Amino acid sequence: MKLPPLVAHVALLIGAAVVSALASASEARSVAPQAGPQPERARELVHIVRQDCGSCHGLTLKGGLGPALTAEALAEKPAEGLVATIIGGRPGTPMPPFATIVSEAEAQWIVDQLMRGFPSDAGLPQARHTP
Amino acid sequence: MSSQTVRLAPPALWGVVLSAIVFLLSACSSTPPAALRGTGDLGVVIERADGKVKVIETTGRSVLATVDGLGDLSHASVVFSRDGRHAFVFGRDGGLTKVDLLERRIAGRVVQAGNAIGGSISHDGSLVVAQNYEPGGIKAFDANTLELVADVPATTEDGTRSKVVGLADLSGRRFIYSLFEAGEIRITDFSDPKNPVTQRFAGGKQPYDALVSPNGRYYIAGLFGEDGLALIDLWNLDKGSRKILSGYGRGEQPLPVFKMPHLRGWSIAGNRAYLPAIGRHEVLVVDTDTWQEVDRIKVRSQPVFAMARPDGREIWVNFAFPDNGWVQVIDTVSGEVTDTLQPGRGILHMEFLSKGHEIWLSARDDNKVVIYDTATKKPIGGFDSASPSGIFFTTRAARTGF
Repeated sequence: MKLPPLVAHVALLIGAAVVSALASASEARSVAPQAGPQPERARELVHIVRQDCGSCHGLTLKGGLGPALTAEALAEKPAEGLVATIIGGRPGTPMPPFATIVSEAEAQWIVDQLMRGFPSDAGLPQARHTP
Repeated sequence: MSSQTVRLAPPALWGVVLSAIVFLLSACSSTPPAALRGTGDLGVVIERADGKVKVIETTGRSVLATVDGLGDLSHASVVFSRDGRHAFVFGRDGGLTKVDLLERRIAGRVVQAGNAIGGSISHDGSLVVAQNYEPGGIKAFDANTLELVADVPATTEDGTRSKVVGLADLSGRRFIYSLFEAGEIRITDFSDPKNPVTQRFAGGKQPYDALVSPNGRYYIAGLFGEDGLALIDLWNLDKGSRKILSGYGRGEQPLPVFKMPHLRGWSIAGNRAYLPAIGRHEVLVVDTDTWQEVDRIKVRSQPVFAMARPDGREIWVNFAFPDNGWVQVIDTVSGEVTDTLQPGRGILHMEFLSKGHEIWLSARDDNKVVIYDTATKKPIGGFDSASPSGIFFTTRAARTGF
């Protein structure tokens, strides 16, 4: 099972290269034409979508109790309708209104990111104090 | 043949070979043998973002190993073989992985659906059953080989399939479950695994999860689409299902539900059931003899898990986003919240030791598992874990509905 050292090192190098390429790609994406949220808030929003929206839509956003939110799944949908769904929820379904959690501009940013293929989650910043 | 003399190696070579043997033997004995141990204090922690599980032991509160390669675990659940040796992990992506907790490796894996939510194991331990969202239905697998034994689609008359929620094990290789879209409850009997037989019951609007009581008598489905729950008395199946707690929302506008509650047999303590309300920041208390509401306890936010400590004395409650950093403890004697804790950020799940003296909590956003003493309500241990969600101990193997 143990990899030969050379293979392990090469794999690590390739892995690091891929990760940094992806990271720079997602950075490039997050520079939206309109002013997006501040970096810290953007990181938080990505975390919320991946983790908490993910409890119904899946961590990979491929769906669960709620429908898939991948770029392909949303390709045909009008952005305004998606923003309205985030803010107001969808009555009669389990989709709740997120108006108390995100602003309309943030919802627009989230929809924009979803339609481009959502960034991966870098987690929340370290807690200032842990109990 | 026998007249040939055996030529012994020269003494110098013997010296070398013998000392090498002695060295190797001593080396063997200095590394512990593949440790002989029981499985009663083992468990797994799901690391949801990385498709890994940590194999843990609760005696020394330590991590024994991390097992990789389980796919998308963003919503994962686990059942155990009767001997507590194997964990069957059901992943979001339809993966069913059998993990050997003693050898700490994957013993088998199949991808059995496109989108799954959990599973169950038959009382005799022979069948593992997965509940699927896509394609909606249940599938039974041989617990030894993970070979598909039966596929039971959750189809209604109009040909549409429903997502399956709230699967639980009943006696005699039977399983009970609910259909989210169709609002039905079904019991499928796998006594003859190749020819499963399914009974259908009325459920209610949009069942989201369900429980079977610890004695196996009652099945309760929580309903998202209406104010109430559906109940079946499994000892009187001919009477069908009925609604309980109808109108508990009192016609008020429901609050947003940012995460669906989970139901399991842990909701029942003595002759009371403690059920998370939907769209209300309350835990509903129901008498399990009359199924009437006897109390409702105001809590901090939308409850997700309301879990009775195994002795029934306390109910520990965690909450939906954005209040998932809080945990409250209800004393079942006074019916009041006695403790409000902040064990960490993103508390997704809690698991008691079987006698209830410790509770393990996963703090997803702090990347750690924290362990509390339930007597003092103080942390007594924990360890780092990447984005932990479910925590499952092998003691579940002995319980119906787990």
